[in-house]
Order: sequence, then structure tokens, then C-alpha cells
Amino acid sequence: MLILVKFAKDKPAVLGAAIVLAVVAMAILAPLIAPYPGDVAASHLLQRLKPPSPEHPFGTDNLGRDILSRVILGARGALMIALLVVGISMAIGVPLGLIAGYQQGWLSQTIMRVTDIFLAVPQLILALALAQLMGPSLESAMLALTLTYWPFFTRIVYAETRRLAAALFIDALQCIGAGAPRILFLHILPNAISPIIVRATIGMGFTILVAAVLGFLGMGATPPDPDWGLAIAESRQYLPEAWWFSTFPGLAIFLTVLGFNLLGDGLRDIVDPRLRRSR
Amino acid sequence: MLGFVVRRLILVIPSLAGLLVLTFFLIRVVPADPAAALAGENATPAQIAEIRHQYGFDQPLLVQFGVYLAQVARLDFGESAYSRRPVSVDIKQRLPATLELTLAALIFATALGIPLGTLAAVYHNRWPDTVLRILSVGGVAIAAFWFAIELQLVFAMDLGWLPLRGRLSPGLAPPALVTGFYLIDSLITGRLDAFGDALRHLILPAFTLSLGGLATITRFTRAGVLDTLQKDFVTYERAQGFPAGPLIWKFVLRNSVVAAITQIGLLFGGLIAGAVVVETIFDWPGIGFYTVQAILTADTKVMLAITLLIGVIYAIVNILVDVVNGLIDPRLREND
Repeated sequence: MLILVKFAKDKPAVLGAAIVLAVVAMAILAPLIAPYPGDVAASHLLQRLKPPSPEHPFGTDNLGRDILSRVILGARGALMIALLVVGISMAIGVPLGLIAGYQQGWLSQTIMRVTDIFLAVPQLILALALAQLMGPSLESAMLALTLTYWPFFTRIVYAETRRLAAALFIDALQCIGAGAPRILFLHILPNAISPIIVRATIGMGFTILVAAVLGFLGMGATPPDPDWGLAIAESRQYLPEAWWFSTFPGLAIFLTVLGFNLLGDGLRDIVDPRLRRSR
Repeated sequence: MLGFVVRRLILVIPSLAGLLVLTFFLIRVVPADPAAALAGENATPAQIAEIRHQYGFDQPLLVQFGVYLAQVARLDFGESAYSRRPVSVDIKQRLPATLELTLAALIFATALGIPLGTLAAVYHNRWPDTVLRILSVGGVAIAAFWFAIELQLVFAMDLGWLPLRGRLSPGLAPPALVTGFYLIDSLITGRLDAFGDALRHLILPAFTLSLGGLATITRFTRAGVLDTLQKDFVTYERAQGFPAGPLIWKFVLRNSVVAAITQIGLLFGGLIAGAVVVETIFDWPGIGFYTVQAILTADTKVMLAITLLIGVIYAIVNILVDVVNGLIDPRLREND
């Protein structure tokens, strides 16, 4: 309960949690709350590029589709990509970090050197190159993002495992004959879970951002997907007249990522006193 | 101190070698046929086979890698399939544009981030701090490509205050080449018209690129100043009635910015990646723009060269950061 009280006092974190909840609800209920759910694929050329009005609060795009509906429907894709990428990255990165942190020797060295190499290249450039090499599509984009994101988890879990492996209770466990898998997954992992959760929360926002860049550069979602990044790319040739076309999908990206980052920031303060932001 | 620098340099070599191997094999093993991509959609199998042979894609991987290593040692990265010019010439020509842009962004982020971070610390947990925290988290949350487009929309298209794209207005001759930085070259050669024009072109892209760094520097300065504010000497000076303004801006700040300055070095890698997006939107003729063209046309030679270049820049910056830290804190040198 103390944690909840502390969290409630942290206004930016509460704001972040509220935004994340709103986006998640929007994604789940998208077909029900979007005013024109058919506008994923439909086109109404007579209605094209209409400015915001009561019928179309965010205006319409180059094919006459309702932008509000497409922003709402786009939340599904964005969250789905982020969940899959962060989830799979965790599934790869966390065990590798545990192994590398607990064992000494060539295996640990190999894992950490490979991790270093991946971290030495800016994630966006590596993801772009991988997505292009695998042939531009949403699946390649997700695979590319996963391939570039797992090392962040390995790095964190490695550091935590190294710290915990030196603790007395691990010595005790080894003395009574507990095996390495048991120690790693039942004793070290639960103690290292806080930084993993913080990283995953911030990673959700970060992945949505990079996925939007991939979509914008034509390496992610393909038309007619209601993808936010793709919509901004399509809007460029209709500027400056159709300002609403680029503005609202961009605001959706901004608010969603802001929500995850504020939430992650607040969680870090609560779960990890060593990284505490405000003293 | 020299030994410390040398040890740092040696530590980098395995990482760079690994980077070279990894990128090379990823590009060869991940299944997209570079020869087919080069030949275009309408090429016949015979044409594709010829290109494959011409570029050496039909050789064993190990041979291709050996050839590549020898070329890298000579800084010969081959000819870009996109521009039909040597990759090293392209990179040399474009690097100053990117460096000018990233340095401008870095200077702006530092000049604004350090005072803002100090302000946030002084008003700790009051409304300016909360506002600055939301803004600094927002600076990282904003999609640079979208922000750039919105800036173009408002300041270039609607208000017409600043140019839309490029480094110079189309009719204007670039200043004589000295450093490749238009701002510096135009001043040296007395081309004030070009200086003003280049500066106006630099504002929007540099501001977009600076957002992430601005947020980071603000946060680290805030943390550093908060730390220093709790030191005994601050309490003492306050008790003595020393005016708060000079105390904070002269003495506290000087004791607090070390962590933020370390971050400035680390930000450089992120800035180069950000340049990919920003240069694409503003048609900035630098490395980032070139990278996107290379990736879109599956130009493997350019991609390998640029990956390596970024790896080297990243390594150099990290060594510099380590060395600066070693200079500031001698204990770091001893413990190595």
C-alpha cells in the first residue's frame, strides 16, 4: 500500500499511467469507439482532405478516410508491435543476461561481447538495415526491432546478476546443493525484476517511436494499415494545406510514448532507490 | 596517463573487429539477393548473374570477407552502387555537413540544458521542476520526423520565416572549402551573405536534432545540482547570508556539471542516428541522408562503410569520455 501512496503523490507518473491506460483501452475497444471503423480499408474520394469538422473531428486524409478513426485503430498496431518486440526481447535477453552474469568463462565473455557489438551500433540504423535486408514488411520491422532490443535486457540483467551472485544467500543456496537453474530463475530473477520492468516500460515507448520511424521510411506497416508513422509519410505531399493530416497521428505517437516514459520514470523512482531521481 | 589511454585503445579493437565480422555476415547471410536488388526489377537472370560476378558476390564468404578487410585497411570501400562514386569520397564530402549539424545541436542542447537543469534543481519539487520534468520526458518521447515536419509546416510553409530544406539557398554559391563547415568557411572567406543563409538553414534541423540531448542534459544537470546543494559548503554560505544567485550560478553549478558533461560525449552516437531522420526530412546533404539512400537501395558497400564509421566514432567518443573522466578523477586511472 505504501508504494501506491507514494506513486499517487508523483503527479507526472500518475499522468503517465492515465495516458497508458487510456491508450490501452482505446486499442482494445477500437472497433467500438472509432466513428468510422470501416475506414481501415475504405475510401471516399469525394470526402478527401476535409479539414476538421463535427463529422470528422481530426479531418480526413487523401483518400477521404476519417483520421480520428484511423488514429484510434492505429493504437492497436502500435501497442501490438511494442508488446511483441519487448516481450520477445525479454525472452531472449533476460536468460542470456542471467547466464552471462552467473557463469564465469568463455560463454559469459561471448555473450557480453556480442551484446556490446549490438549496442555499439545505433539501434535505429541497425533496425533499418535489417528491415531492408529481410524485405520491407511489418514482420521484418518487428524482427529487426527485436534483434536490436534484446541486448538492453541482457546488459541490465547481467549487471544485476553479477551483483546478486556475490550475495550471502546465494552462497548459502550453493552450499545446500541448489542447481544453477534453480538459483537463477527462482532466486536471482525475482530480485532483479524491478529494473527489468522499468526497462520494459520505457522500451514500450521507445519501440513505438522506432517502429513509427520505420513506418515513416516505408520499412514497416504497408498501406492501407492505419499506422501512425505511415500516415505522417503519406501526409507530406499534402502540406501545408492539410495540416491536420500529419498533426494528429504525430500527436498520438507523442502522447503514447510520453505516457510510457512518464510511467517508467515514476516506476524507477519507486522500485529502485539507487536510481532515485529526486532526493 | 599515457598507459591509461593506450589500454583504453586496445580494449576497443576486439569490439571493432567483432562489429566488422557481424555486419558483414548479417549482410551476406540474411536472405535478400544484393545482386538482384542492384539489377532492378526488370533484370534478366543473366544480367543478375553478371552483376553477381562483377561485384564478387559469387565468391566464398571467407574470400569476400578477406577482400573486404584488405580494402578497409586501405580505407577503400569500393564504389557506391547508388552514386557510382567511391564510397570514401562520398563519405568525406558529406561528413562535414553532418558534423556541423550535430555539433550545432549539441551546442544548443548544452547552452539551454544546463541553465534549465539548474532551474529545475533550484525549484526542486515545485511547479517549474514538474513542468521541466514533463518537458524533458517529452523531449525524448517526441518523434523527431514528425516534429521536423510540424516545424517546417509552421516556420517554413505558413510563416515563411525560415527555409524549408537544404544547407544553402539554391542560387547561392557555397563558401570556398576550408573546413567543410559552411558557418566557419563563410566567416573565414568573408562571405557574410552565405553565413546568414547557412545559419537560417541550420536552425530548424539543429533544433529538431537537439531535443533528445537537451532533455538528457537537463536531467543530469538537475541531478548534479541537487547533489551539490546538499553539500556543507552550500549550507555554510547560505547561513553566512551569501546571495543565492551568485552562489548557485557560480559555485554550485561549477561543482555539478561533471556528470552532464560526461553525458554530452555519450550523446554523440545518438545524435548521429538522429541525423538519419532529420537529414531525410530537411534534405540535408550529410551522412544520415546518404545512409537512408544506401539502405533503401540495398547498397551493401555503403552500409558496411557507414556502420564501421559509426562504430569508430562511437569508440573514439567513448575513449574521450574515459580519458576526460580520468583527468577529472585520478582514482579511475588507478583502479583500471
